[in-house]
Amino acid sequence: MRASGAAEGGAAGVARRPDRMEPQNTARTPRHAHNRAAALFLLPAFAFLGIFIVWPILMSIRLSFFDWNGISPTQTFVGLDNWRSLASDRIFWKALGNNFIVVIASIAIQMPVAMALAVLLHRGGRKFKAFKVVYFFPMLMSTVAIGTLFKAVYNVQFGAINPLLEALGLGSLAHDWLGDSRIALLSVIAVICWQFIPFYMILFLARLTGIPNELREAAAIDGATGAQLFWRVEFPMMRGIILTAMTLSLIGSLKYFDLIWVMTEGGPSRATELMATYMYKEAFSSFRVGYGSAIATAMFVVVMIMALTTMAAGRSRARTVEG
Amino acid sequence: MRKGLHSGLGLVFALAWLAVSGLPFYFMIQSGFKKQFDLLSAPFWTLPKQWAIENYQTVLGGAFLHSLLNSVIVVSVSVLLILAAASMAAFAFARVHFRFNRALFAIVIAGLVIPVHVTLIPVYLLTTRMGLYDTLWALIGPYVAFNLPISVFILTEFMRDIPRELEEAARLDGAGAFSIFWRIALPLSKPGLATVAIYNAVALWNEFVFAYVLTSSPANRTLPLAIWDYQGQYAANIPLIMAVLSLSVLPLILIYIVAQERVTGGMMAGAIKG
Repeated sequence: MRASGAAEGGAAGVARRPDRMEPQNTARTPRHAHNRAAALFLLPAFAFLGIFIVWPILMSIRLSFFDWNGISPTQTFVGLDNWRSLASDRIFWKALGNNFIVVIASIAIQMPVAMALAVLLHRGGRKFKAFKVVYFFPMLMSTVAIGTLFKAVYNVQFGAINPLLEALGLGSLAHDWLGDSRIALLSVIAVICWQFIPFYMILFLARLTGIPNELREAAAIDGATGAQLFWRVEFPMMRGIILTAMTLSLIGSLKYFDLIWVMTEGGPSRATELMATYMYKEAFSSFRVGYGSAIATAMFVVVMIMALTTMAAGRSRARTVEG
Repeated sequence: MRKGLHSGLGLVFALAWLAVSGLPFYFMIQSGFKKQFDLLSAPFWTLPKQWAIENYQTVLGGAFLHSLLNSVIVVSVSVLLILAAASMAAFAFARVHFRFNRALFAIVIAGLVIPVHVTLIPVYLLTTRMGLYDTLWALIGPYVAFNLPISVFILTEFMRDIPRELEEAARLDGAGAFSIFWRIALPLSKPGLATVAIYNAVALWNEFVFAYVLTSSPANRTLPLAIWDYQGQYAANIPLIMAVLSLSVLPLILIYIVAQERVTGGMMAGAIKG
């Protein structure tokens, strides 16, 4: 999936030159000298990665086999107990399920809307320049700020949505958007879409701009309508970037935390609980560090499996296209 | 080609999305100038009867500016370290032939998908043990580490594009690896370094989880945590919260207006591969 991202990257500023070279061994310097030079150049980066990513992951895996409150000097080895509890933990499965609902809803809503907006902006050209500036604004806000803003927008007493619905004569649709466990997850997903649609819009727009105009002119001469132009010319050329976008959305949704934590803390009654919020509560609020580590490790495994699967899918797709 | 109904529908859709993306900002900005009971007495879309600046005075008189300064410090130090470590690693991956080049590069790239939560507990324990808990320094290690993969990836792409003739000419003049890195690879990667700097600065400016777990006192909070603290403390005072939010977005909006293309490019180029 990275490869396909890189292939599309040209549109977003990573210029490529035809004369690019892969690293090569120059004959005059002995081989071991290269190894030593490389080690020196890699040292700082790998020190940071080792201390703050690799070691912590191993440590989390280890802690998942212990019972520990995080404070007491004794960590009790409990073997697979945490993992057994996790396997039969209704809340964990609910959280995992919620994660996948967010994944599916995000992809199903964000991709089409972002694509439609990108096509509009592309075809509108200069006319829509001001629109583009406003569309981009959500990307400049931190997730915490977005969560806080929408908590207020959804607020039953002082918020914006319910009065707006009433003013439009749709007062019967008014809800306690974040307080009703049946719709809280949907309310949060709406905000996630609001936050990320601009991102995918710009991504698609960059790709659209990169498609040579000769192709469009040729299609126009053949009498293609606007819709045909999109489906027959532009869409086929955007498959790579769409796959990249879907992968980003998938991985991002599985890791989701900030927005949910700010808006609902996983509530009401676990309606918006995700793996990350559940892990945080277990480890840092209930002081069940061993169990929290098991959740964290499970989350890590789920994300890695999904990443490797999409990467493999992306590769086989690339092969089908090439062959 | 695109006339009549087609462009009419398009315009409706464009305007609808303008409302969807713009109205929350409208709500945020003008509510920040209201008094608390104004929200109850008049619908939210009416502009404040009197533009009250008390909310802003309260926020600016509190810990807000200090948090802003904290964010500036943490983000600058982290970005500088990321640029240094990532450009060195990228140089090795792109220009030096060594054993395990591909394998090590793959390991770095795998870092792109790792969820921060799997490291949260150990990093918290490590920070406490090193006596760095509740200091700004606690944030720098994880900030650098988690943003290295994407930065190394982008910079490796850039450094692979440097023509080999330049490198060979320097080598003939007796330049070693370090001087090739410093005199050729780095200057020629300036656009890449700018992209990486913008991408990381925006991401870290908005970072929440590590700052939430590794700091606790108002004196050591970064901007996103200042928002969090305000909303915990003044949950019912929506105008005040909206003033905090407006102030917190202001720096990025200003930078965006001044350098629109740069900011967009930086955020996207990073994220395309992130």
